[in-house]
Amino acid sequence: MLTAGEVSYDTQIPNNVGLSGDRRVLKALERWHPGYIDWWKNLGPEGFQDRMVYLRTAVSVDPKGWARFDYVKMPEYRWGILLAPQVEGRTIPFGEHYGEPAWQEVPGEYRAMLRRLIVIQGDTEPASVEQQRHLGATAPSLYDLRNLFQVNVEEGRHLWAMVYLLHKYFGADGREEADGLLQRRSGSAEAPRMLGAFNEATPDWLSFFMFTYFTDRDGKMQLESLAQSGFDPLSRTCRFMLTEEAHHMFVGETGVGRTIQRTCEAMREAGIEDPSDIEAVRALGVIDLPTIQKKLNLHFSLSLDLFGAEVSTNAANAFNAGIKGRYQETKIDDDHRLLDATYPVSQLVDGRIETTEMPALSAINMRLRDDYIRDAAGGVRRWNAMIAKTGVAFEMTLPHEAFNRRIGVFAEAQVTPGGEVISPEAWDAQRNSWLPDGSDGAFIQSLMKAESEPGKYAGWIAPPKIGIDNKPGDFEYVKLHEA
Amino acid sequence: MTVPVKQHLIDPEICIRCHSCEEACPVDAITHDDNNVVVDFEACNFCMACIAPCPTGSIDNWRVVTEPYSLEEQFSWMELPPQETISTGVAGDSIEALEDEVERLLAEAHAGAGGHARAPESAAKPTVNLYSRDNPAVATVQGSYRLTSEESDSEVRHIILDLGRTVFPVLEGQSVGVLAPGTTDKGQPHGPRLYSVSSPRDGERPSTNNLSLTVKREDGGVCSNYLCDLKKGDQVKLTGPFGSTFLMPDDPGARIVMICTGTGSAPFRAFTMRRQRAVGAGDGGLTLFFGARSPEALPYFGPLKKVPEEMLTKHLVFSRLPDQPRRYVQDRMREQTAALAQVLTDPKAYIYVCGLKAMEDGVDEAFRSIAGETGLDWSALKAELRDSGRYHVETY
Repeated sequence: MLTAGEVSYDTQIPNNVGLSGDRRVLKALERWHPGYIDWWKNLGPEGFQDRMVYLRTAVSVDPKGWARFDYVKMPEYRWGILLAPQVEGRTIPFGEHYGEPAWQEVPGEYRAMLRRLIVIQGDTEPASVEQQRHLGATAPSLYDLRNLFQVNVEEGRHLWAMVYLLHKYFGADGREEADGLLQRRSGSAEAPRMLGAFNEATPDWLSFFMFTYFTDRDGKMQLESLAQSGFDPLSRTCRFMLTEEAHHMFVGETGVGRTIQRTCEAMREAGIEDPSDIEAVRALGVIDLPTIQKKLNLHFSLSLDLFGAEVSTNAANAFNAGIKGRYQETKIDDDHRLLDATYPVSQLVDGRIETTEMPALSAINMRLRDDYIRDAAGGVRRWNAMIAKTGVAFEMTLPHEAFNRRIGVFAEAQVTPGGEVISPEAWDAQRNSWLPDGSDGAFIQSLMKAESEPGKYAGWIAPPKIGIDNKPGDFEYVKLHEA
Repeated sequence: MTVPVKQHLIDPEICIRCHSCEEACPVDAITHDDNNVVVDFEACNFCMACIAPCPTGSIDNWRVVTEPYSLEEQFSWMELPPQETISTGVAGDSIEALEDEVERLLAEAHAGAGGHARAPESAAKPTVNLYSRDNPAVATVQGSYRLTSEESDSEVRHIILDLGRTVFPVLEGQSVGVLAPGTTDKGQPHGPRLYSVSSPRDGERPSTNNLSLTVKREDGGVCSNYLCDLKKGDQVKLTGPFGSTFLMPDDPGARIVMICTGTGSAPFRAFTMRRQRAVGAGDGGLTLFFGARSPEALPYFGPLKKVPEEMLTKHLVFSRLPDQPRRYVQDRMREQTAALAQVLTDPKAYIYVCGLKAMEDGVDEAFRSIAGETGLDWSALKAELRDSGRYHVETY
């Protein structure tokens, strides 16, 4: 039985958690709010802050209410605190507390662990907004510009979601952590964001699409695992965040897909048969398929690092404690405690990659990473179907999980995209055929010119198949000329 | 011959497999394998809860089929199959139209019922899609009359279309598509606009082959301006008829409650006239809740006054009377709690809501509190009423 979660607008912060009746948390959030708005104005999307953008805002958490579309100026977006409805009688779905009633308050012994997980998740949200703040200047269309901003405002809302949990359940420590989320900066030397991939630049739109496809997908997997949590407020928060995360996956998958589509079309029109004739393809003003493959290799491998070490005591503890589950935990058919279970884990043994059975409990990260790879492979299949349909002979592939890694068992090894362990010299010699180099970046950059006429698209990307909210092709998603 | 049915499908070329729809579906009709996310024909009840959460728009696809696609077939798709060619004719109540575009408009209009509505059991069998965009019916304007006073800033017109010798069987509650001439600024012909017919099945006067529409002139509205500007003798292209659920029961003992605002009164004019002609007083009873800004802005205010109270119980509610508090249909409904509570439990009572989308929530809330008064759960009751053809919503 679900209980309804009405959204109330009686405070500055729209919410369905009864904020007006919780003076302490309301006050804390009201103190945090101005800092957030400052952060948004200084480090959110550059320019465009006073433009009307056609955005969706969640006005309630039931399917009917969470996609209201209208024009809004971004700083006036109604960032709210929205939790999925409470499931009555929900029990902890895994770990040593399996079957016990879900916690409505933080259990004392897991307080530090929970806080850390929430802070790490929270840190990624503003980080990606910071990484993407310069992209507005080179958007290939108003449609894409709007999608970028939608992703940005929702990452902002996800920050709110985590900050609410910190304020509500973690007292003075929580308030401090919430302030910290506004103080760290993506790419900063002094106070960088917590995870590596969130300190990399997002220099161009193909990088943005790859980021939303691969890196935000890590976010989706993490949120899904946290949505299983025995700590009910975290579970409910993440469940609702997942509905928004789907839009980010959409922007990534269709963004890369449309880039590939346009390249293939341009090749057909020009009668170019050989996808590796990079010079000829680039002369058409589109991004050649081998370069797209290199970008894919880079973003995929960076994203795999986000899953942490393959064998991890922290992950085992979080699972055992009932804090962070597995992907789609409730759909897995086992004991949900992993007392005697094993899981195959890749290892580097004497310079060879081998699979060893390890206790499943300590291989939680590995399992989530495998689920991620399966999930990510789906879109690659669909891109290939699209290429095949145009008649171009080329296939995109996900590189081997050991390729170009900085974290985990493969961090020390040099491994080809095909999974062959090679010498550092051999790696250096071929690196630029697997990963983008400066000249690739410069070429992509040369194509990044803003297209601001409604219904028009930059030459390197195909238009989408359907508009947002079923709008016609020439819909003005961002009003550039009127505030 | 197998009666064609409507099937909800997901476009595998656009879907990104985020499973938001699967999460949103209250009846677990949506499932997936490694390839596709698919809708189970047997389970889907057209409640539309999955439509808004879809980030891609791939969810909004419909096919009329004689044999529904199985889950296995859908799992294997790389793209949607084209709509098979299906001949027009009498349809079961799962098909409101045989055209995607119109089907979608009607699905949206009927979404307020919270699931796929059913026609009342005693309703006459409707004909749908006799005329299409490629093969429209041509009608001639017989007259066009302003219904709202000249002082009112809202212009609503009663337009009578003569069908001459064209066969155009239409039931009260059904809609017709109007094809406005000209093209969009992208050079495409304008899509059909749907208008609910405001005359009964046998015409404005008994046995005349005509129908009437109730049209409000909208600022910048292509079709409404076209219709409102029509002069006597002008020709109009029509498609349809469409709609197979928002129909009145033919049972003379059925009690009908009609709730509307503005041009949402069109089908209720037809219902009332049909009752008057076919049954007369002594029937199950008609009740009308009708909201407008003022009497001047209420379509059919004059003629409505003349319908005897024993035939039709009238609740006319106004939201902009000078020196009066604003009153809406839901306020009057709440005042009528006792009578409406009885309606909710009367197996012979049928409820119809028609008007702007904005009225939906207010009416729903009023019913919730009326049901609550007698200890009934409105959500459950609404589903029950809908499934037995006794609750209908058409809003736009």
